[in-house]
Amino acid sequence: MARKDFDLITEWVEPDSRILDLGCGDGSLLKLLNKKRNTSGYGVDTSIDKTIKSLDNTINIINADINDHMDFFKDKSFDYVILAQSLQVVDNPVSLIKEMLRIGNEVIISFPNMGYWRSRLYLFFRGEMPVTSELPFSWHSTPNIHLCTIRDFKKMCISNNFQITEEVINNVNGKNISSSLLNNLIGTSAIFRIK
Amino acid sequence: MFVEEKKIHISRPLELNSGKVLLAYDLMYETYGQLNDDKSNAVLVCHALSGNHHVAGLHKGDEKPGWWDNMIGSGKPINTDKLFVVCMNNLGGCHGSTGPTSINEETNDPYGFEFPIVTVQDWVNSQKVLMDEFGIDKWQFIIGGSLGGMQALQWSLDYPDNVNNAIIIAASPKLTAQNIAFNEVARQAITSDPDWCGGNYIKENKIPKRGLALARMLGHITYLSDESMAKKFGRDLKQDKINFNFDVEFQIESYLRYQGEKFVTSFDANTYLLMTKALDYFDPFNEIDFVERMSKSRSRFLVISFTSDWRFPPRRSEEIVKTLIKLNKDVSYACIKSDGGHDAFLMKNDNYFEIMRTYIEANING
Repeated sequence: MARKDFDLITEWVEPDSRILDLGCGDGSLLKLLNKKRNTSGYGVDTSIDKTIKSLDNTINIINADINDHMDFFKDKSFDYVILAQSLQVVDNPVSLIKEMLRIGNEVIISFPNMGYWRSRLYLFFRGEMPVTSELPFSWHSTPNIHLCTIRDFKKMCISNNFQITEEVINNVNGKNISSSLLNNLIGTSAIFRIK
Repeated sequence: MFVEEKKIHISRPLELNSGKVLLAYDLMYETYGQLNDDKSNAVLVCHALSGNHHVAGLHKGDEKPGWWDNMIGSGKPINTDKLFVVCMNNLGGCHGSTGPTSINEETNDPYGFEFPIVTVQDWVNSQKVLMDEFGIDKWQFIIGGSLGGMQALQWSLDYPDNVNNAIIIAASPKLTAQNIAFNEVARQAITSDPDWCGGNYIKENKIPKRGLALARMLGHITYLSDESMAKKFGRDLKQDKINFNFDVEFQIESYLRYQGEKFVTSFDANTYLLMTKALDYFDPFNEIDFVERMSKSRSRFLVISFTSDWRFPPRRSEEIVKTLIKLNKDVSYACIKSDGGHDAFLMKNDNYFEIMRTYIEANING
């Protein structure tokens, strides 16, 4: 499956970099980066099924929970620490991002935008927590415990002195609409570079 | 498939870690599968404390296959259709390689307690001797569980150019005080048995059965988990009532006694002492120039742990992983959910076997 955030991350990452991919799933991002950018590094994922798939993708996979294994990685030992579409499952996003900044020179985070108008309408009209194709879980069984909007995310960055150096907000057609004043309403997903 | 054990006599001296020298020695081993023309499909399997070279297949006339037959064979995770697998009885062992039960050519008596203490490094050096005899330049995989995993780790450190992949299962970078304590109780059980005769029981025509059985019973408890023992035995009684005496009443007591009694028929007490010492001494991360030497290693690593293993719990495997990551090594790690305890590494488990199969398939050629 080709993912837009993957293409963008591949553009951003410098050749020969060291990458740590948290919540790496089946390892396809790292495999892509290793191939296209000659990177090296590790993926981390708590799922054993994803670990098997990552091994099949010949990436280095650490089968561990990203909430309590960041002590595996020493200070500034990676060029990029990536959290692609996994922010919402993290126990404590602020302390994890702090750890990511400790470990890497740069942090890349992508997440689905809960401020997207369809999610807002879903809640407004149905009076129920949004269930979408991207986030298909009911409120009581979802692993997505920390969903946020683009504005929520930026507020958190400001209050914790996380410096956003670049942002791309995609609309439903995959077009970058980050310069639009309505980006928190019409953006479906966002990706940030943080230092 | 029927397999045959083979023995090779090495007449070049082997200098041991302790400073002592074995002038000549035998190595007993078995092989499975075919070594290919460029000798690039060789696998070394290292055995643990009570293991031996008979790792897979059947000896003619036997009913029970080798100790890791579920893992090694045609179409199995360590696939002998593609790989050439070697397993050797370690020096100091009691299954054919030179050890305490062998005759010391200098005295014409069994070595007994006089057999020098051997370390994991010594085993690795003797395995390298066997490797050279085969003319193999690189092990595509070195694989071991527990003490076997420690040998795989030591190989990557001592022979950085000769290992392509090290698979380290249910192991630890060193023993804790608690681990050493268990080993010491096991040793005391053996050496305090009057039939141990100061280590010279063979000459005295005796066997320290009670001590060795006790050591095995103690060890066996640490290989199982609370959950697996509860599941298998619970508080089940041999008879349907308690008898208010000290005979065997609970099933677990009967099981442990059986394990102890069975063990003394196939294992040597002095070998047991030696193996526990090799475990106690193992501490590669504290060896001189560890960082420099490990940096040179060209090996990739797969580290596997099991959730219910309390002898070498996942956090001990994770110490290995952490150290290798610090050195930017290619390492993967899987923590397998299992209630099998330390012995889980010998048991069939879908996720565990799939991890092994997938890693081996993905790294079979490079």
